[in-house]
Parts: sequence; structure tokens; C-alpha cells
Amino acid sequence: MTDSVTFQLTVNGADRVVEGAWLGESLLYVLRERLGLPGAKNACEQGECGSCSVRVDGTLVCACLVLGASAAGSEVVTVEGVAGDAGGLTDVQQAFLSQGAVQCGFCTPGLVMTVHDLLERNPTPTEVELREAISGNLCRCTGYGRILAAAQAVVAERSGSGRSQRETPS
Amino acid sequence: MTPSVAQPRSLDDAVEALRTAIDPTVLAGGTDLMVAINAGSRRPTSVVSLIRVPELQGWHRDGDEVVLGACLTYAEIERGELASLVPALAQAARTIGSPQIRNAATLGGNLGTASPAGDSLPVLAALDATVETIGPDGVRTLPVLEFVTGVKRTALRAQEIITAVRVPVLRGPQEFLKVGTRNAMVISVVMAALVIDLDGRSVRLGLGSVAPVPVRARDAEALAEGSVDWDTARIGDQTVFGRFGELAAESTAPIDDHRSTAAYRRHAVSVCARRALERALR
Ligand SMILES: Cc1cc2nc3c(=O)[nH]c(=O)nc-3n(C[C@H](O)[C@H](O)[C@H](O)COP(=O)(O)OP(=O)(O)OC[C@H]3O[C@@H](n4cnc5c(N)ncnc54)[C@H](O)[C@@H]3O)c2cc1C
Repeated sequence: MTDSVTFQLTVNGADRVVEGAWLGESLLYVLRERLGLPGAKNACEQGECGSCSVRVDGTLVCACLVLGASAAGSEVVTVEGVAGDAGGLTDVQQAFLSQGAVQCGFCTPGLVMTVHDLLERNPTPTEVELREAISGNLCRCTGYGRILAAAQAVVAERSGSGRSQRETPS
Repeated sequence: MTPSVAQPRSLDDAVEALRTAIDPTVLAGGTDLMVAINAGSRRPTSVVSLIRVPELQGWHRDGDEVVLGACLTYAEIERGELASLVPALAQAARTIGSPQIRNAATLGGNLGTASPAGDSLPVLAALDATVETIGPDGVRTLPVLEFVTGVKRTALRAQEIITAVRVPVLRGPQEFLKVGTRNAMVISVVMAALVIDLDGRSVRLGLGSVAPVPVRARDAEALAEGSVDWDTARIGDQTVFGRFGELAAESTAPIDDHRSTAAYRRHAVSVCARRALERALR
């Protein structure tokens, strides 16, 4: 196979070898179709919807716009790598459930990644900052009100109890 | 032919990788290139990724200028010290895409794509920015208006890359206004970038999405320059602002397309230019 490439990715802390890929495959395609990680969703393939949001070296990006082979040597974290204590839900995931922020659920993994990313950089965002942070994540059920409520519930919970992100609220 | 994705770790290695690769495609943040690859409209046979080349990252001050690395992202431009040194560029950066896009998309990539709707381009035009390149024949420096030669066309030669963009640090207000259908994730219908240089006593207006390449509104600039009281940095004659907008619109050559009409673009430019001047010098 002369027109394929082989490279190694670090995904959720594990080294994964990708063999026989086409050079132009996106990180999203590699994650979903080659590494069996379907958490990042495939929708627009043009960076508009945010449903494939992942972190590459700590930076939130759309996996569909990252060339898979160019992520070799980077740390990739997908929603599968986001977990609370003992592998349970994180406070963000729990808040999405308890606030009714999940309707069809398609946008949820991307939004969970986005809200975690925001709250790590800015633990007490204003509503405008929250809206700005999720402006690249489309929810076609238009459940933005509940999504904002979920994020705000996490902010209140964390600042009230001083819990860290990895602690799961009971 | 073996397909390859080169990840050079120095500028020398990047130049060498481009020289030796067969028909190389340059990759920076991927926010334009990957859209084209995903859609099947580009099928690279080899890729040279610039995102790990240290010489192309970040920015630094050089006397009265700031040198912006080609791989500087909008996320880096929109905040911090750089945002106060080149405020119009920071304002433009804040309107681009979404947080995810701004985390990846680079200034060099906006120039490389050279779309008429590229939001950094009218700002760079207003700043009289220069584009620095390197290639097999060495380094070159081009004014941004010579670098962008047409719709998605640049003066880049084969195997040449953009290394940096040089912009002046100016004393005086700067404004960037953009019209689109939404506040986030929107391709510009028109843009206006206004830069006032109080020491050089100049007013510069760059316009975007209203011609194949970014435009400088020279007649509008001359009118404003002749009307400013430079000691107070104010324009007293209240008729100047509206006239400034009209002259700005006259310097454009917009088209009807799926995003807007030529007539609306002309109107919107006149409003944006007038508002920018009012905010800066009224
Ligand atoms: C969802 C979405 C929203 C967007 N919104 C906006 C917006 O609001 N405003 C806007 O202006 N743009 C927008 N864009 C377009 C894009 O983000 C910008 O043009 C960005 O600056 C491209 O930079 P990049 O690093 O991602 O480029 P890439 O995709 O990596 O490259 C773009 C082109 O430039 C070439 N190139 C890159 N770097 C260099 C270099 N150093 N030397 C030579 N050639 C080079 C590449 O070969 C390629 O042809 C958007 C894109 C997406 C996907």
C-alpha cells in the first residue's frame, strides 16, 4: 500500500497506531472509523457545528479540521477520556442530565467538551462569556436555555462547594 | 511516490521539506484546507505542516513594529498585550468563526487563502502591513496589497511560505466593523477597518468583501485627514462623517452573490465607514 500512511496517536492517554490510513483523513474520521471512538460526532465536516469538539494538546478544536496524521505527537482527549471519579460522570455531564440539557443528544459530547474547556480556563464565566464559549456548538433541538442552565449549575456547584472538576456530585 | 505528512521542527527543515516533497500542500491550522479536503475538492499527495515550526509561532515587538508569526492564531491575537498594540486586528479576530476555529486558525492561513471575505485582510491593508516569505530563492517582503493579487490568489511562488506579517504600533484609535447574518460563525458581507496614526497624521480605511482584493479608500482618507484637528484628534465639521462613508462606498467594486447584493454592500460600507470614523474622531 504505497499510497497510505501509518502514524501513532496518543488518545486519552493511550498510544494508538493508525495503519494504512489515507493521507487526508481528518482526526475525526480516524477516531471514529479507525480507533472505535464514536464520542466525537460527525456532522458538518466543516467546523460549523462543533459536535466533534476534542482537545489537542489542551486546546479545544474541531476534530474534523485536524489532519489526522498531523496530530501524531500530540495529546488528544475525546469525550471518552472525560470521566469523573471511578469512571462515573463528571459534574458537567451530571448537570446536563439533571438540568434537562440533553434532548436528541447529538450535540452533547461536543458541548460537554466545550463547557469543561471553558470552566478550566474561566471558572466563573458571565452569561455572555458562556454564550460566546458555546457559539461554535450547534444544538438543532435548540435546547440552549437548558444547556446554559447546566453550565451555570456547574459554576454554582463548584464555587459553592469548592469541588474539583474530577469529583462527581452525588 | 510515497505520500507523506512532514512535521518540520525548524524553519530550515520546513524550507527543505518543501523543496524535496512532490507537489507539497502547506498546512497550518487546517480550518480552510481541511474543509476543502473533507469536501473532496483538494486531494493532497504530500503535506508539510507548519504548526510545529518554532520560528512561525507567536509574536514579538521590533522597535515601532510588531512581528506576527505566520502561525499566530486568532485566539492569541484577540487578547493580551497584542490586543492593545494592534486593536483593530484584535477586534477582527474576535469576530472570526467560533472559539474552536480561533484556537486553530492562523493569520498566515488567512493570507494563504486570500478570500475576499478574509477578515484580517482589510485590517492589514489599513495598517500598511508587510508580508514576509521564505522559499527556495530566499526571503522576500511584500506590502499586503501586493501580496493578495486576486480572489484566492497571492504572489506566493511555488514552495514559498509566509513566515511573518509586520505591522506598525500606532498612537491613535482603531476600529473594525463587520456585517454578517449572525454574531458568531459568519462570513463577512462587508468589513471596514479604520486606523488613525496621530503622529503621522494619517487616516487609513481598509475595506473587505467589496472587491476581489482588500481595498483602501484613498478619497475618503484624504477627506478625513484634511478635516481632523490633530491637536485634539477630533473632526469638528459634522458633515464630514457622512461624506466619508459615501466616498468609502465609491471606492468599492462589490458583486451580487449568495451572501448579499452589490447595492446592499455599498450601503453597508458607507454606514460602517461613517460609524468607524465617528467612534474614532467625533
Ligand atoms: C467554521 C469556520 C468559520 C470561519 N470563519 C471565518 C471568519 O469569520 N473570518 C475569516 O476570515 N475566516 C473564517 N474562516 C476561514 C479560516 O478559518 C481562516 O481563513 C483562517 O485564517 C485560515 O487559517 P488556517 O491556519 O486554518 O489555514 P489552513 O487551512 O491551514 O491553510 C489555508 C491556506 O493557506 C495556506 N497556508 C497556510 N499557512 C501558510 C503559510 N504560512 N505560508 C503559505 N501558505 C500558507 C495553505 O496551504 C492553504 O492553502 C472560517 C473557517 C471555518 C471552518
